[in-house]
Parts: sequence; structure tokens; C-alpha cells
Amino acid sequence: MNAPITLDSAPMVNATRFRKAHEADWARLDELVTRMEKRSIRWLSDEDLLALPGLYRTTISSLSVARDTSLDRALIAYLEQLCTRAYFQIYGVQTPAHRQIARFFAHGWPEAVRALWRETLICVLLTAGAAVLAYLLIRNDPSWFYSMIPEGLTEGRDPSASAVFLRSTLYEKHQDFLMVFATFLFTHNAQIAIFAFALGFAFGVPSLLLIIYNGLMLGAILEVFAAKGLGENMAAWLMIHGTTEIFAICIAGAAGLRIGTAIAFPGADSRMAAAVKAGRISATAMIGVVLMLAVAGLLEGVGRQTVESDGLRALIGASVLAGWLVYFYAWRPRKAA
Amino acid sequence: MKPLRSLRRKFITPEGVDLNLELGSAGSRAGAFLLDALIMIVILVVITGLTIYLFFATISSEHGNSWPSQFVMVLWLVGFFVLRNCWFSLFEMGSRGATPGKRIVGLRVVARDGARLTGAAVVARNAMREIEVFLPLSFLGEQTAAGTADTFLVIFSLVWSGIFLFFPLFNRDRLRVGDLIAGTWVVSTSKAKLSPDLVGAAYQPRRVFPEAALALYGIYELQVLEDVLRNEQPDALATVAATIRSKAGLANDGDDYGFLADYYAALCRRLEAGMLVGKRRESKFVDA
Repeated sequence: MNAPITLDSAPMVNATRFRKAHEADWARLDELVTRMEKRSIRWLSDEDLLALPGLYRTTISSLSVARDTSLDRALIAYLEQLCTRAYFQIYGVQTPAHRQIARFFAHGWPEAVRALWRETLICVLLTAGAAVLAYLLIRNDPSWFYSMIPEGLTEGRDPSASAVFLRSTLYEKHQDFLMVFATFLFTHNAQIAIFAFALGFAFGVPSLLLIIYNGLMLGAILEVFAAKGLGENMAAWLMIHGTTEIFAICIAGAAGLRIGTAIAFPGADSRMAAAVKAGRISATAMIGVVLMLAVAGLLEGVGRQTVESDGLRALIGASVLAGWLVYFYAWRPRKAA
Repeated sequence: MKPLRSLRRKFITPEGVDLNLELGSAGSRAGAFLLDALIMIVILVVITGLTIYLFFATISSEHGNSWPSQFVMVLWLVGFFVLRNCWFSLFEMGSRGATPGKRIVGLRVVARDGARLTGAAVVARNAMREIEVFLPLSFLGEQTAAGTADTFLVIFSLVWSGIFLFFPLFNRDRLRVGDLIAGTWVVSTSKAKLSPDLVGAAYQPRRVFPEAALALYGIYELQVLEDVLRNEQPDALATVAATIRSKAGLANDGDDYGFLADYYAALCRRLEAGMLVGKRRESKFVDA
């Protein structure tokens, strides 16, 4: 029964026939993809580059034919991983960095901020409202100040401070380590902003709380100086960098709020799709926020230490703010193809 | 047996072929993260040591001029910020779509909808790490340093990070919160060599099997047999050969591998012939 018998010389199974016909193509694609994975597409010669799409298509059709006609599992597994790797090399190509950066500044950033205008407005109003509230509360009862601002942050700038001392804080000079100071402010604020954004995931509530708290501190510190007749000086001191910084923080809060509301009220989309849409807009806006805070850090760390005139400080702050507003909301470059 | 909840996902290319991607398992994800964290800590320690050295070197040599030492400190601050916030994003934006840790483990970040992975998506998925990892850690660290960490706080931050840490285990697609927001998922990138053809094109004398012996099994059993043949473990070969012989009522001729290879070829041919006319017999429990 087990006697050997002679078969005709044609291959017995499809896998054999199939491997014989296409193995060379698969091996070549494998070799090209491996080279691209190790280095980059620039390491392929023109000839290889021209052959690549054809090889990819051959291999991907090999995969679907193999699935339907062959039972060689190892062959199918090999083709699957080869096609996957080739797919990511061919379709997963990133736009070159300089083009991405150019796109970000020309379209991505202003468009993302514009798309968040409603949330941004809410955050700006909340900041202003909280500031006014803190201002009025502390004017009536200075003890409110101490429950709003942690002691470590004030450095003596509280309602009991003298006008002379308060004035000195506005015009003192940190000649030493200006750049370090600026960098520290930037990294610290940026970290807080990223944090406010990430917290938006909890339906936006923590982001809102952070925004409100920021407004409260603003109002509280303004009142302390205003009570001693230094309100305008303080406003100028704050404006030079504050217009940029507070605006940036509002955008960060708006980005967090967008994610939170997208998850809570997805509308016509599925919750998942809404979250993804909101996530991408918000993330783009957040890259911008970090850049704005870098500018704010420079204005605060260097600009404010070197410019001492109130008028000039206010002017710089106002013109920088105007610049941001024009860039985000008024300037609409034509779409590049 | 196939695992009940497979990590294989449909992923249709523009050519209309399903690539059947395999998601990264929770274990490999955690491994990749730990590797990245380790690399980041090593880098941080090295640049901090270097900064301290350079700082004191510049302070002592350049009396009265603080610019070089300022520059060193600025560099450290920016370096720390970039390391913490951009490590993951910058690497995942590259053409490999993976951080060094992910590359070592064999993972890659991919957009769930099959489109290109955009910079915004990468930033979104990594900004969320801030509340997943760094927030509870730094909160806890700060409070412990100040000696004010009470039991409640410790429990709270542990629960908080626990929710986010184990989030990937609570959904089918192993999504982190960041993946959820960004519309990405992490797939494993395996690399395999083409294993040799089991049947072979060369002419060779083969055993023939009666119809009844070949009618015993379906595709599932054929592919298990394929694995057995490829692994070439004597025990497994002997067991499988003995089972088939006893079921088919064939005599033992002393050559297990040769017997199984021939049986595989004959069964494969039979099943493929069935597929040609539209009869696909998935396993021995199904009649084609």
C-alpha cells in the first residue's frame, strides 16, 4: 500500500508553482524594503525606485492569490509581513520636515486656533470674569487674597505690603541669568499648558478650573497694586508678556475644552470619531501654544527686564497681541495646492 | 485553538487587500515604554552630570562673566523640556513611526483609518502621557519630598495612574487614552524570512495514500501538520505520524518525516483541488 509511485514532473501543490514564479520578485522587494527601513528611501538607486511600485503590486496580488489558492501557511505569513512592511514604506511616507513646518505656520496653526474660537472666547471671558470677581472680593475684604494665592507665590506682594516695596518689584532688575530666567519661565509655563490640555480629557472640567484659577490670581495681584495706586504700572508690567501668555493659556484651555466637549457631546459623529477630530485640532493648537509661551518667556525674561518705561511695556504688549490676533483670525493665505 | 479575542485587525490597502495587521500586545507595549523610560533617564543623568561639570568649569574660569554658564543652564532647561515632551513625538513623526524602545520591541504607531500618520496625531497621543504618567509621578514625588503625602493622596494617585495605565487592557484595540484621542494604534512589525517549500518542485518518488486516508483531515489539521514538519521535533513527528497511521490504518515503515511529508503533499493537493471547485474544508469536523 505504501509502495512509491512515480508522478508526473509538474509540481504537486500550488504553493510550489507559485513560489517558483514569484520568489525572485518577493526577494527583491524584501531587499529594497530592508534597505529603506535601515536607512531611507534616498539610498535606493533610480532603477530600484522605479521598480518599487511594480514589485509592491506584484507582491500584494501574490498575497491575495496565495490566500485563495494556497494552503501553505508559512508562505502567507511571509507575504503578509512583507506587504505590511512595504505598505508602510510606500504609503506611510512623511511629508518632508521643512514642508510640514511651512504648512504648520501657513495653515495648520492659525486654522486650528480659528477652529477653537468659541472655546477660546469662553476661556478669555472666564479669565476676565474670574479676575474681576477676585478684584472686587479683595477690595471689599483683603483677607480673600490669602485664600486665593498660595503664600510661596506672592514673595511679599500681598495687601499688607507697602507701596514702595510694590513699586520696587515692578522695576527691579534681574541682570544676572536673564536668559536662564526666561527659559525657566518658558518651560514651566509650557508644562502647565500641556497639562491643562491633557486634563481636558476629563470632560474639560479641570481645564476650566485651571483657567478660572488663573483669572483669580490675575485679579488678586492687580487689586493689590491698584489699592496702592500702582494699578497702571502693574498693568503695564503684566502686559508686556501677559497678553501673549494669557492668550496662550486660554488657547490651551480651549484645546482641552474641545476634547472634553467632543467626548461628552459627540453630536452626529461616534464618540470615538469626535474625539479623534477634536484631538488633532487641539494638538495642532497646542504646538502653537508652546511656541507662544516661548515668545512670552522671552518677553518676560528679557524684554521686561530691559524695558522700564510703562508706556513702552504696554505698547509692546498691545502690539504683540494685535500681531497674534491678525495672524490667527484676519490673515488668510491662499491654500497651497 | 485560536485565541478568543485575537489581536488581528482588518486593514485594507488602497489596492483592496487586507493586510491583517497584528496589534502590539500589552506586554510588548509596556516593555517598549520601560525601555524608552530607561533610555531617557540615562540621557537625563548624563546631560545633568555634564551640565554640572560645565557649569562649574565656566563659573571658575570666567570670573565675572556669566554668559557661558548661563548658556549651559539654558541648554539644560531646554534639553529637559525637549526630552520630556518631544522624545516620543519626534521619534514617532519619523519614517519609522516608532521610538527606540518600540523599534527594539518591534512596534510601530499607525493611524487607525489607514491614512498617513500626521504630526498632530503624534503630538496628541503623546501630550496625553502628561496625565497618564508624569502627573501622578511628579505629584507624588513633590508631596513625598515635602513630607506631606498622606495615605489618601498616595491612594488617589495610584488609582489615577492605575486607571490610565491599565486603560489599554480594558478595550479590544489596546488603545491608550492618547491613542483614543489621536486616532492611532500600535501594531507589531514582525520580520520573517521565507521558509522553504515543504513539497518541493523536484521530482521524487512518493508514497500514495488511499482516498479514505486523505479524507480524514481538513485545512486546519493540514496547517498544524505544516508546523510540525517545519519544527522537525522528533517527538512531535513520531506522535503525529503514529496518530495518522492508526487512524488511516497504514503500516509503519520506520520513516516518520518522510511519511508525514508525503502525507502533507498529498493532503494539500487534495484540499487545493477541492478549493478549485469551491469546496473549502476548514477542518476535520466539517464536510466539504
